[in-house]
Amino acid sequence: MNTIKAVFSKTAAAFLIAGTILGGGAEIAHADSTLTIATVNNGDMIVMRELSSEFEKAHPGVHLNWVTLEENILRQRVTTDIATGAGQFDVMTIGNYEVPIWAKQKWLVELKPDANYDLDDLIPTVRSGLTVDGKLYAMPFYAESVMTYYRKDLFQKAGLTMPEAPTYDQIRQYADKLTNKSNQIYGVCLRGKPGWGENMAFVTSLANTYGGQWFGMGWKPMLDTPAWKGAINWYVSALNADGPPGATSNGFNENLALFSTGHCAMWIDSTVAGGLLFDPKQSQVADKVGFTASPKGPYGKGPTWLWTWNLAVPASSKHIQDAEAFVTWATSKDYVNLVAQKKGWVAAPAGTRKSTYENAEYQKAAPFAKFVENAINEAGPDAPTAEPRPYTGAQFVSIPQFQAIGTQVGQTIAAALSGQMTVDQALAASQASTTRTMRQTGYLH
Amino acid sequence: MAGQRARGKSLVIAAVGWVVAIWIFFPIFWMFLTSFKGEAGAIATPPRLFFVPTLESYHEVFQRANYWRVTFNTLGVSIGATVVALLFSIPAAYAMAFLPGKRTRGTLLWMLSTRMLPPVGVLVPIYLIARNTHLLDTVTGLALVDMFTNMPITVWMLYTFFREIPVPILEAGRMDGANRWQEITRVLLPLATPGIASTALLSMILCWNEAFWSLNLTSSNAAPLAAFIASFSSPEGLFFGKLSAASTLAVAPILAFGWISQKQLVRGLTFGAVK
Repeated sequence: MNTIKAVFSKTAAAFLIAGTILGGGAEIAHADSTLTIATVNNGDMIVMRELSSEFEKAHPGVHLNWVTLEENILRQRVTTDIATGAGQFDVMTIGNYEVPIWAKQKWLVELKPDANYDLDDLIPTVRSGLTVDGKLYAMPFYAESVMTYYRKDLFQKAGLTMPEAPTYDQIRQYADKLTNKSNQIYGVCLRGKPGWGENMAFVTSLANTYGGQWFGMGWKPMLDTPAWKGAINWYVSALNADGPPGATSNGFNENLALFSTGHCAMWIDSTVAGGLLFDPKQSQVADKVGFTASPKGPYGKGPTWLWTWNLAVPASSKHIQDAEAFVTWATSKDYVNLVAQKKGWVAAPAGTRKSTYENAEYQKAAPFAKFVENAINEAGPDAPTAEPRPYTGAQFVSIPQFQAIGTQVGQTIAAALSGQMTVDQALAASQASTTRTMRQTGYLH
Repeated sequence: MAGQRARGKSLVIAAVGWVVAIWIFFPIFWMFLTSFKGEAGAIATPPRLFFVPTLESYHEVFQRANYWRVTFNTLGVSIGATVVALLFSIPAAYAMAFLPGKRTRGTLLWMLSTRMLPPVGVLVPIYLIARNTHLLDTVTGLALVDMFTNMPITVWMLYTFFREIPVPILEAGRMDGANRWQEITRVLLPLATPGIASTALLSMILCWNEAFWSLNLTSSNAAPLAAFIASFSSPEGLFFGKLSAASTLAVAPILAFGWISQKQLVRGLTFGAVK
C-alpha cells in the first residue's frame, strides 16, 4: 500500500512540475493596450496588416496582434468566442450576413465615428446592411457584388459580341458556341462546390432573377416553384453541356484558377475577381479579360449579390475604445489614400466609399470600377423579389438558420449537378428539408 | 523451380510495397514541389513536373508569420502533453495489466469510447472551462486538452505492451525484494522501453497534427503550426504556393523526427508480435 502511495505521490509531483514549467512558459503577459484582430487571408486584409504599423505609430501604446484564419474556421472561431463572451478578440472581420444577426443578439458594440469619418460617403446599400434600428454596428472594409467576366479574344474569334446587359439565355447560346472540350476551353464556369457561401451564393442570385425566392410571407419555403425549376434547370444543363469537368468541386478559387489559366470563356462571379484577373502576375489572360453586368433571367429584377467584409468590435472586448479607433482608421478615407500611396490605386479597398469611385486616378487604374459601383448600387439586398418576402439579403437569407439550410440545399443542388438526382427531385428534397428546419426553429407552425 | 517461384513472389510483394509507398508519399512530394512553384505555377494546367524553382512562397510565409514561435509552441504542446500523458498512462496501464479487477475491461472500453465523440460536440463546454480557468490561448491549456484526448490511446497501447511482458519476471523481481516502485522503474520500464518509446512517438505525432483544438483554443500567443497553416488558406485569391510552403515547413520537423526514430518506432510497433 505504501509503495502505491509512493508511486502516486511521485507521479503527482512530476505532473505538478511539468505543469509549472509549461504554464510558466506559456502565459505571456499582455500589455493593457494590445488589440487582437481576427481576420481572413484575403489580399486587402494582408495589405491592412502590412500598413497597420502606421496606426501603431499614430497611437503610441496600442499594439496589434493579428490572428489570420481561413474563412470558415474564422467564422466558427469568432462565433464560439463571442457567444461565450470569452473576449479573445477586440476586432473581428465579419460579413454582412453576421452583422445584423449579431447586433440583435447584442454581441457587437454600436459604432459612433466622428464627423471626419464622413458616414455619408459610404455607399448606401453597404451602410444599410450594417445598420440595425438606425444604429451602425460595423464598418465596411471592402464590398463585392457580381459581374460577368469573359474572354474578349475568344468572343472575337467566334464573331460574338457581349451585350452590356446579357440574359442567361444569351449566356447559354454563347457558351455552346465557345466550348471546345478537346482544347479544354469551357464555355461557362460557375460555382458548384456545395455551401451557403459557395454554390448557393450564385444559385440564389440566379433564382432571384428567374423570379424565385427562398421564402414567401409567413416563412413558407418556395423552392419547388416553377421559377426555381427554371433557374436550376438552366444551371445544371449549362454546366453539364459547357462547364468544366468536376464542376461540383469548383468554388471561387478553383474557377479563378481555371479562368486565369485560359480554360473558361465566361465566368459569373464576385466582382473581387476583377483585380485578380487583371493582374498579369496572377493571370495568364490579363490582357484578354472583358467584363459586363451579371446576366438577367426571365423576371429581370430582384436582388443580385452583395457581400461586404466589415470590421466590428465585440461587446466582450476589453479595449473597446482602442478597438473603435482601429476600426475607424482601417475603413477611413485616409486609409484608402494610404493604400493608394503605398500600393497603387488599383489596390485600394473597393466597394465601400463613394469618394473612391469619384477619384479619377482610381477610375484610370481599375477599368472595372464603374461596373463594380453599379453592381453594388443595384445589388438590392432589400429589393423586392417577385412576391413579397419576409427577409432581407441578396444572395443569402439574413436569418441565423440560413448557414445550415443553405449548405443542405447546396448539397442537394450539387447532387443534381452531378446527376445523382433530377432537378425536380433535388428541389422537392430541398423544399422538404427547409420546411422541416423552419418548423423545428419555430418560424413555421 | 521452387526458388524461382519464391523469387517471383518476393518481387511482386516488393512491387506492391513500392506502389503503396509511392501512393502514400505522392501528396507530400507534390506539396513539396508546389511550394517552389510560385502562385501562377502552382495552378498551371497541365501541372508541371519540371520548372524553375523559386523561393517566393517561402519568402512570403516567413515575412507574414512567425514560424519559429509557432514551432516552439507546437513543441511545447507536443512534449508537454506526451510527458504528462505518460506519467498518468504508465501507472494506469500497469494497474490494468497486472492487477486487473472486475471492471478493468469495462473501464478500458469506456476510455476508448471518449474518442468516438466528434470533438465539436464538446467544443462549447471545453471552451467555457478554458475561459473560466484562464487557459484560452495558452500552451498549457492546449497541452492539457491534447493530453486528455490522447490518453485513451496511450493507456491502451501501454496496456497491450505490458501484457506481453511475462509476469514471472516481475515476480522474480518481487522475490528479490523489489517494492512496487522498484518493480515498475527497475524491471517493467526497461523491458517495455520500445513500447513506451513508440507510444510517446505516436502521442507526439498526434499532438503535432491535431488541428481542431489547436484552431479553437488558441488565437495568437499559443498558436501552433495548425493555425499557421490555416492562416495561408484564402477564400478569395490564389494561395496554393504559400499554403504548400507553410505545410512543408510545418511537417518538416516531425518528418525528420520520424525518420530519426524510425527504427525505434518499428521495433515498438512490432513488439510482442511474435511470441
